[in-house]
Amino acid sequence: MSQAPSKFADASLQVNRRHVSGKLWLTIFQVATLIGVVALTVLLLTILNDSFGYVAVENKVDPDSLAVNGIPLDAQDKETLMQTLRANISAGLYARFERDQPFAERDAANVYALIQEFVISPRILESWTLYDSLFIREQISETLERDFPNAELQFRNWLSWNFVRAQQSSYPEIAGVRTAILGSLWTIGIAIAFSLPVGVGAAVYLQEYAQDNQINRIIQTNINNLAGVPSIIYGMLGLAIFVRAFGLFTSGIAFGAVDPATANGRTILSAGLTLGLLVLPLIIINAQEAIKAVPNSLREASFGLGATRWETIWAHVLPNALPGILTGSILAVSRAIGETAPLIVIGASTFIQVDPSGPFSKFTTLPIQIFQWTTRPQGAYHHLAAAASLVLLVMLLTLNATAILLRNRSRRSY
Amino acid sequence: MAIPTPPVAPLRRRTRIHEVIIQGLLFLCGLISIFVTTGIIYELSKEAYLFFGYQQWLPAHKPLVADIAPEQTLFEVGTQGPALEVGSHYRIGDEIMLLEAVDGALVQMQRGAQQTEPIAHRAGLTLSREVNPNLLEFLTGTAWEPHNGRFGILPLLNSTLIVSSIAILVALPLGLATAIYLSEYATPTARSRLKPILEILAGVPTVVYGFFALTFMTPLLRAIFGSGVVEIYNMASAGIVVGILILPFVSTVSEDALSAVPRSLREAAYGLGATRLETAIQIVLPAAFSGIAAAVILAASRAIGETMVVAIAAGAGPNFTFNPFKAAETMTGHIARISGGDLSYDSLDYNSIFAVGLMLFLMTLVLNIISQRIVRRFREVYE
Repeated sequence: MSQAPSKFADASLQVNRRHVSGKLWLTIFQVATLIGVVALTVLLLTILNDSFGYVAVENKVDPDSLAVNGIPLDAQDKETLMQTLRANISAGLYARFERDQPFAERDAANVYALIQEFVISPRILESWTLYDSLFIREQISETLERDFPNAELQFRNWLSWNFVRAQQSSYPEIAGVRTAILGSLWTIGIAIAFSLPVGVGAAVYLQEYAQDNQINRIIQTNINNLAGVPSIIYGMLGLAIFVRAFGLFTSGIAFGAVDPATANGRTILSAGLTLGLLVLPLIIINAQEAIKAVPNSLREASFGLGATRWETIWAHVLPNALPGILTGSILAVSRAIGETAPLIVIGASTFIQVDPSGPFSKFTTLPIQIFQWTTRPQGAYHHLAAAASLVLLVMLLTLNATAILLRNRSRRSY
Repeated sequence: MAIPTPPVAPLRRRTRIHEVIIQGLLFLCGLISIFVTTGIIYELSKEAYLFFGYQQWLPAHKPLVADIAPEQTLFEVGTQGPALEVGSHYRIGDEIMLLEAVDGALVQMQRGAQQTEPIAHRAGLTLSREVNPNLLEFLTGTAWEPHNGRFGILPLLNSTLIVSSIAILVALPLGLATAIYLSEYATPTARSRLKPILEILAGVPTVVYGFFALTFMTPLLRAIFGSGVVEIYNMASAGIVVGILILPFVSTVSEDALSAVPRSLREAAYGLGATRLETAIQIVLPAAFSGIAAAVILAASRAIGETMVVAIAAGAGPNFTFNPFKAAETMTGHIARISGGDLSYDSLDYNSIFAVGLMLFLMTLVLNIISQRIVRRFREVYE
């Protein structure tokens, strides 16, 4: 910072000007920081805006007309419900339900759900956002009277308990995310079961055993590079290796678990392993940090008592690094749970209604479901995507809160 | 009282076999990361290689004028459509021929090329031309229609770069200003409240950002610039949202770099009469430059590899345009869309997405390596 001497002539003015520009820039910095906060707020508001709102619903059959002997539909027992169902749908459809799952095994709630879907069959003709519902109520009523005279206006909470519990459906009014949530849990479970032991093993090797030689340096650099590979590339790796090359194993054909005629490698197992590879560098790097933080005095004390290297690691280093390793793993899980791109490449199913039953099942996950609903042109699906996003965010928030709690509770000083 | 002498252990180092096995296993865990990298490079290169060797036959719109015998090398074909190329392979039925010379409607072919049997053909059968993707066309072609024999990656690359540039234009000033505010101005309380918000912003799944781009950012842009100008799917909306997505990344890493600058430098500047702003901009920022540059390059690499936002909001279908308000598919968006269906192995589509994937991988790899180099070379070491 060199200044010409002449500038000193009016030093007090200079100081004022410098302070004014300092204040101005401070405001700019503050505004820029606020924009991040605003972006997050707007993001959440957008999702909430689409998760609630009025819908125009038209029933094929008025539910009141289905009352038997004055007992309304929702208070009927299973036998009555079954009669109502049989009376209102074709014999073929009834036989199909019997084939899918015998009526003897179904409970009243299940039969009631069938009546809801196939007899009453409410259809959403039009839907509005929360903002519209609150501020242009009159316009909505007008539209309703003009365009949908037979429809009824209901305020719908898209994120209902039914939404979380129900299976995927091609009708937005009854579609839910149970299959997707289960799919997400399965894939994450497999991913973590694979990458946690391998990742911690690699971290232990690099921190406790590795000498500073060429190969170990390559491994370390390589891990850092892997962390920067786009996730869709991992999807392509998974497609080529797990789905295709090891298709015999990932489809379950090699274990005789599935029908070889229809099975292919696009299964939960392939998806889980791919996500496992994706989070592996994250787990290794976090575990390395955790192991690095264990003070050397602990190791030396253990060596001094005659413990071998592995005994020291197993009895002292790992237990002390455990909270850090767990925190890192939870962060890895929350990364994996939101991943969409690699699973699209692996070949997540576009539409399945059957809950995943094991590692060889076809799968869909929560983010995949959000993606598919978002890309549908019809407005009603956007509400589903918003509600599913909220479910996903709640899952993530729970995970992260656990990680933070774990981090704070286990903070030890030496 | 006599102390019993403990049994004397031999004082040499014993090889404990299970210790060796454990060390070996742990080493294998470390090696897996090498396998992953090798696997990525091998699979991408192999399928990309198959892509460049992919043999495709496209109609040349040249019917035979008369029947030809198996040994006949000189014959006449129709003259409509694009001109025939000397040196290219052509096919009629099961037979492949090499075009040696062409004179108006008259062509001279080497019959039975590529180990096919020369056979007689009837008049009216049309020629098909062999189309191979080649590297030069791949890198310079301005149309990506693999099924029509056009293999230029530029439309995909161009939209990837436009989306990433918009993202960086959003994330760099905002992220840097946030980092300066957090590290140089904010009180510890303000920082402890703002940082978790940025962490949440970083933790939101990208597919949710995609939903946000489509349902909020696109309507906003259409309201500002007019829906005649801004298409429903457009690069600008995707770029801005990708910018918000990488913003926490830029700000956190830059803030770490700024905080790493020692206090003594700031105090020296204050001692010379510099204001807070002058210290931040002229002293701290240059000292932390390498860290910030590395952060920005890493952020660019993430923007290039980002898939879901562009798959949802930037549009489906390659489009070579520089107008950010138009729909154009990026490399990642293309891979996601093509592989979204039930892709059959060894098809042109399957091989082509690996060629695009290889390009993507190399771009991000180069950026990552540059950023690591910058950190290593320009790191200021303070005593």
